[in-house]
Amino acid sequence: MVFAIALVVLVVGSVAFHILSPWYLTDLASNWGTIDTTISITFWVTGIVFVAVNLFMAYCVYKFRYQKNRRAEYQPENTKLEFWLTVVTAVGVAAMLAPGLIVWADFVTPPDDAVEVEAIGQQWHWSYRLPGDDGKFGNVDARFLTDDNPFGMDPDDPNGQDDRLVESNRVHLLKDQPVKVNLRSKDVLHNFTVTQFRVKMDLVPGLVSYLWLTPTKAGEFEVLCEELCGIGHFAMRGLVIVDEPADYDAWYASLPTYAEVAARSPGDPMVGQGQYAICVACHGPQGAGLQLLNAPKIAGQEDWYLRRQLNYYKSGARGAHPQDIYGRQMAPMMATLATDQAVENVIAYIQTFPDAPAEATITGDAERGKDLWITCGACHGERGQGIKAMNAPRMAGMTDWYLARQLENFKADIRGKHKDDLYGWQMAQMARILKDDDAVNDVIAYINTLNGAPAAADEMAAAGATYLAAEE
Amino acid sequence: MAQVAHDAVTDADLGPFEVEDVELYHPKTFIGKYIWSQDAKVIAVQYGITAIGIGLVALALSILMRLQLGWPDTFSLIQPANYLQFVTMHGMIMVIYLLTALFLGGFGNYLIPLMCGARDMVFPYVNMVSYWVYLAAVLILVASFFVPGGPTGAGWTLYPPQAVVGGTPGTGAGIILMLISLCVFIIGFTMGGLNYVVTVLQARTRGMTLMRLPLTVWGIFMATVLALLAFPALFVSCIMMILDSLIGTSFFMPAMIAEGQQTAYEGGSPILFQHLFWFFGHPEVYIVALPAFGIVSDVLSTHARKNIFGYRMMVWAIVAIGALSFVVWAHHMYVSGMNPYFGFFFATTTLIIAVPTAIKVYNWVLTLWRGNIQLTVPMLFAIGFIFTFINGGLTGLFLGNVTVDLPLSDTYFVVAHFHMVMAVSPVLVVFGAIYHWYPKITGRMLDDTLGKVHFWMTFLGTYAIYYPMHYLGFEGMPRRYYAYGTDTAFMSQSAHTLNEAISIAAIFVAVAQMVFLYNMVRSLTKGKEAGPNPWNATTLEWQTPHTPPKHGNFDELPSVYRWAYDYGVPGAEQDFIPQNVPSEELAAARAKDEGAQGEGKADG
Repeated sequence: MVFAIALVVLVVGSVAFHILSPWYLTDLASNWGTIDTTISITFWVTGIVFVAVNLFMAYCVYKFRYQKNRRAEYQPENTKLEFWLTVVTAVGVAAMLAPGLIVWADFVTPPDDAVEVEAIGQQWHWSYRLPGDDGKFGNVDARFLTDDNPFGMDPDDPNGQDDRLVESNRVHLLKDQPVKVNLRSKDVLHNFTVTQFRVKMDLVPGLVSYLWLTPTKAGEFEVLCEELCGIGHFAMRGLVIVDEPADYDAWYASLPTYAEVAARSPGDPMVGQGQYAICVACHGPQGAGLQLLNAPKIAGQEDWYLRRQLNYYKSGARGAHPQDIYGRQMAPMMATLATDQAVENVIAYIQTFPDAPAEATITGDAERGKDLWITCGACHGERGQGIKAMNAPRMAGMTDWYLARQLENFKADIRGKHKDDLYGWQMAQMARILKDDDAVNDVIAYINTLNGAPAAADEMAAAGATYLAAEE
Repeated sequence: MAQVAHDAVTDADLGPFEVEDVELYHPKTFIGKYIWSQDAKVIAVQYGITAIGIGLVALALSILMRLQLGWPDTFSLIQPANYLQFVTMHGMIMVIYLLTALFLGGFGNYLIPLMCGARDMVFPYVNMVSYWVYLAAVLILVASFFVPGGPTGAGWTLYPPQAVVGGTPGTGAGIILMLISLCVFIIGFTMGGLNYVVTVLQARTRGMTLMRLPLTVWGIFMATVLALLAFPALFVSCIMMILDSLIGTSFFMPAMIAEGQQTAYEGGSPILFQHLFWFFGHPEVYIVALPAFGIVSDVLSTHARKNIFGYRMMVWAIVAIGALSFVVWAHHMYVSGMNPYFGFFFATTTLIIAVPTAIKVYNWVLTLWRGNIQLTVPMLFAIGFIFTFINGGLTGLFLGNVTVDLPLSDTYFVVAHFHMVMAVSPVLVVFGAIYHWYPKITGRMLDDTLGKVHFWMTFLGTYAIYYPMHYLGFEGMPRRYYAYGTDTAFMSQSAHTLNEAISIAAIFVAVAQMVFLYNMVRSLTKGKEAGPNPWNATTLEWQTPHTPPKHGNFDELPSVYRWAYDYGVPGAEQDFIPQNVPSEELAAARAKDEGAQGEGKADG
């Protein structure tokens, strides 16, 4: 009796949960309403079976409960009943499969008027490429991938010269324009998912996969990686921005071509020296930083990272949060570097500074910090040397009090939350693994033990020293 | 009364079919009896204890995962790398080292010889080695927790390239130990598996035709055949990945970068690994499910006091599911980047497999229909299994249908589905089976009240975990995420609350398993004496002269005269007729009864 009631309650409860649940498919933003329809059909067929079979079972459990003087009916089989149950099941299965296959046929054949865009995955970032005005993608090859050629472009392919490169985790799509998204990975497996579009596909190194859709709603939609790709998997996000034509055209026009990117001229340190004058007061003549003035060490920091952060200060992506007191001091200073070339010059000058490790000011449990660093090192490098491909700056030998403050800022959403801070969101997620102040201090204490050189070189140096000592 | 003699044979003129018992054959020492034992029943218990032991590790890992998911900003000790390691080891242990080992090595060893009416497995020595190799595999697996970098965190599917290049936890010693452990497991399993198959085919007792075998044996037999055909695919992929990792071959590794640096790999295919893995991995689902199907059929029939409905159809469904399970594997790969045209074929085969599976469900429910249902603890678990399996089976129709899989793949819908269908369902059967056969294995009953508490907590608790989880999947919550952040636009805030609730339910279910363990240990000494056949069951293991059965199982091998499901036979004295009761005896008894009645009438 109890069991029969429990089964009925579970069936009724499940149906009620389904109807009342606030958790269901997100609002559709693409042409794939047919997928939702197929899901509805599947729900009806399976729902009816779920309710019917379970209620029948509950009835049996109640009606045929044990009675001492009763015997079960002896009926080894009933061929007719079994036959009809098979037929009905087959019909139900066909009712679900048929629409499924029809929609799939649609999915595997992109329409002729679809434009193409390439989404590129890597641990743990997105970037994109458009075929440019000629409508043809240039050749790419994993063997061309370097820090200076992050798209792996074949420099000699004429089709690639006008390809538009999107060195950002954001891509714009044109509303109501069918688009075929070609998918390519630089390292491991990833997956391109936009929940509101319904469709998804893995990125596989060594081949190009695809999906297609027509965005039907303007707005911003998160791109998620949904194929486990390592430690940073959960924080590998991008953004698709679906635009009306005017906005789309403006964005498209702002994209550099491959030829333009390849021809970028380096900064001039001699000119930069003059422009550095305004920086000297806080960061010091050799960029060593000054804690008293809350200015971090910049000597030895990599050029690409300085470039990005300086541009963020310029655009307001950084240093605009009301609680970012010291960032707000930095932002107006950037007004003096009006042009991109000026930024390049200053960076070039900073690259000439001698690089001595900053003094350690924070104490913590470096052993415990070493365990925490497993996560950090996945991007910033095992020795904290920074990895450009990961968009992760150098940590080792930099001013530790500054690292601590930035970690707290990331955790408190003071830094990283601005919508134009492309990689800050990811760091904000990552900073949250440091769940208390001790954890922050411990990991920084460990960073202070690193020297930024590859581990192997370090050990060789140590071995060499021992050898020399022995010689003497 | 032709039905009484269902499949009856007469064996009047058959002579003895065995040589006489030889004393040398029996072990004398403690070590021979319980450690280096060649007795399938002892080996079964060894398998069972080891599997449950390592399963508890996996249970603990699942709780650690749920702590992180429920309260993401709380536990400093759970870092992203740890989380992925928990996910990976939990999955691998549960699927291979617990469920596969327990169903085949545990129940297979215990039940096949007894149910077939054999004295033991046909190769007892190989059978013994099988267990010790399995134990070695478990120890190698456990060792990976203690090496630098820890165990692999590549997910239980171990997909390359991430399983062997940087950015994933445990790409050093962790993944290598995992792969070696799997290879060792497969070697051990093959020794056991050949035994199970040959024993079923060659060592059945007189009168035990294939179509009189209990469905338990059919399920385990077919699962073993699947495993013998499927595991080699995993074996070769493990070897190839070890080579890719250690000596730099490129079976699965294309030209690529790792951690921003060029690698020396060139020309391999990650998708090839996925095909090989799922060529093993999908049959693996049925390697776990078919024994559960078989066992639950016997438990239902026994405790409903009614024959299993549609026995022949049940056997053919097991065979059909087993065969079809080899042509559906790529439904795990609809969005893997393989040629999308495969989708048509694999969606069709996958949905076809729903038909024999549905037939099994109908027949279980129709076994209850007009039965005389005793809601014993094993029966509670069996019915709980049907309910859970219906749910998990139906959601399989979502994921198997290639179009519907697009939005749901890699979300919590998948997690909910496969836990319902191949975790909770088979585990409910494992529990039901333990409550059912514990009296035969130990001679004592498990405590009824504790059993009921265990059932209700587990059954309702797991439903509370996994039913709502489907809806997180609909909303788009991806799986294998360490944390979700609170600012993901499409995820509602209430989804985070639901995650917390699911974690509480998970802890509740974990506690329930302690009740079960306590019951198992306590009943060893304090349990009620069971007697030889406490459930009044028909199959041969309940007809042994000793309980627990001694080495050699039977004094004289039984002869079989009927199928395994003669419950509620009209005209029979009791509501069950054991398989080894000859129809002549029955006829004679009936004649005597009728004679007595006739005399009574005459007297009146």
